[in-house]
Amino acid sequence: MTPDVRKTLRTIAVLLFWLLVWALAARTVGQELLLPSPLQTAQKLLSLMMAADFWLTVARTMLRVLAGILAAVVLGVLLALLTHRSALARALLSPIMTLLKSTPVASFIILALVWLGRSAVPVFIAGLMVLPVVWANVSTGLVRVDPQLMELAAVYKLPRARILSRIIWPSVLPYLRSALRSALGLGWKAGIAAEVLTVPPYSIGKNIFESKLYLETTELFAWTVAVVLLSFLIERVLLLLVEGKKDSHA
Amino acid sequence: MLELIDISLSFGEKQVLHHLNLSLKAGERIAIMGPSGCGKTSLLRVALSLQLPDRGSIQCAAERTAAVFQEPRLLPWRTASENVNLVLSDRVETLPTARKWLERLELGDAFNLYPAELSGGMQQRVSLARALAATPELLVLDEPFKGLDEALRRRVIQVVGESLNRTALLLATHSEEEAQALGCHILRYQDGQFL
Repeated sequence: MTPDVRKTLRTIAVLLFWLLVWALAARTVGQELLLPSPLQTAQKLLSLMMAADFWLTVARTMLRVLAGILAAVVLGVLLALLTHRSALARALLSPIMTLLKSTPVASFIILALVWLGRSAVPVFIAGLMVLPVVWANVSTGLVRVDPQLMELAAVYKLPRARILSRIIWPSVLPYLRSALRSALGLGWKAGIAAEVLTVPPYSIGKNIFESKLYLETTELFAWTVAVVLLSFLIERVLLLLVEGKKDSHA
Repeated sequence: MLELIDISLSFGEKQVLHHLNLSLKAGERIAIMGPSGCGKTSLLRVALSLQLPDRGSIQCAAERTAAVFQEPRLLPWRTASENVNLVLSDRVETLPTARKWLERLELGDAFNLYPAELSGGMQQRVSLARALAATPELLVLDEPFKGLDEALRRRVIQVVGESLNRTALLLATHSEEEAQALGCHILRYQDGQFL
């Protein structure tokens, strides 16, 4: 048995164990309103998936969160380049980034609701969670660009674009990947939380909020499972996009 | 091509360059010889404008400069060919030129290998191929043949010598034989000054 197969089997076994714990707990409680079983949750999720609205809701939530994450990645990289070059910019931006990381997300959601339209809040919040992580990691990556390679570029008078694409970007990429690994889940969860509080039309958050409001616990569980599965999917796809071909030499 | 005028440089208490003057014309070849740690590398770094001197001035008329450092300084995420091509156009059209230089330095089997897959001596030859491929007007070499076995070293020196044409060469070496094989005028260097 190869290590990969063994790892997959172990993951499945762990998953089955916790599903069993969940099923036993649901049987013990014996009330679907308080704790639906995995089977009831799966049935509800399947019935939700049959409705056209489900896919529209999922697509629009994903679009909102991904737009926020993408904007934060672009802005985070640009700001890191700026603060790497300018000590003044770094001095001005560092406390803002610290503030973003330490302020509770709910405070920002309420503020954003005052400033922005309800559909824009999840975009803004997802981006806000990802931005400081991307900025901090890319800044570290820029500091750690090999000075010997930069000297080489200076001696050979390499064009700026080539220095950026061939030396700086590959040096920074591992730090960006690491930022995305830790920030994607954060952005996704914060985006959904923002949807719950702002209830934009066709959003997972709105459905979670309404499930809670009407005591539809099974539906709440079904949407939560959908969120977890989508989070896993998004993380895999985005990391694949950033990493491209696995390259052991980089 | 290169003029160093009254250059002084200290690191803390240690003075590595002391009111030093050096003139290198197009096509001229100069080898700087001296014991380890005497400041040869610092002198080359000043010549390449990688190190600002404490005093003195540098005039360099070369449009194209190339250097081989004591370390190969290859991009770990690029193959040998791509590392050489980096100083050409970095486009696919100049890859054959990059490969020609690798072949001349007996690295025909290493085109698509990454630096981590090459021995130290092979990496140093890729670095040499990159410098020669740049067809520089000024070539600065800092102990470039280190780590090569005797027979290979001779062949590589021959390739470098044949490739220089009107290139001005500034070489730091411990080996008088290397300097002579490249037809260099030898300047002996100690305690921050030429003897």
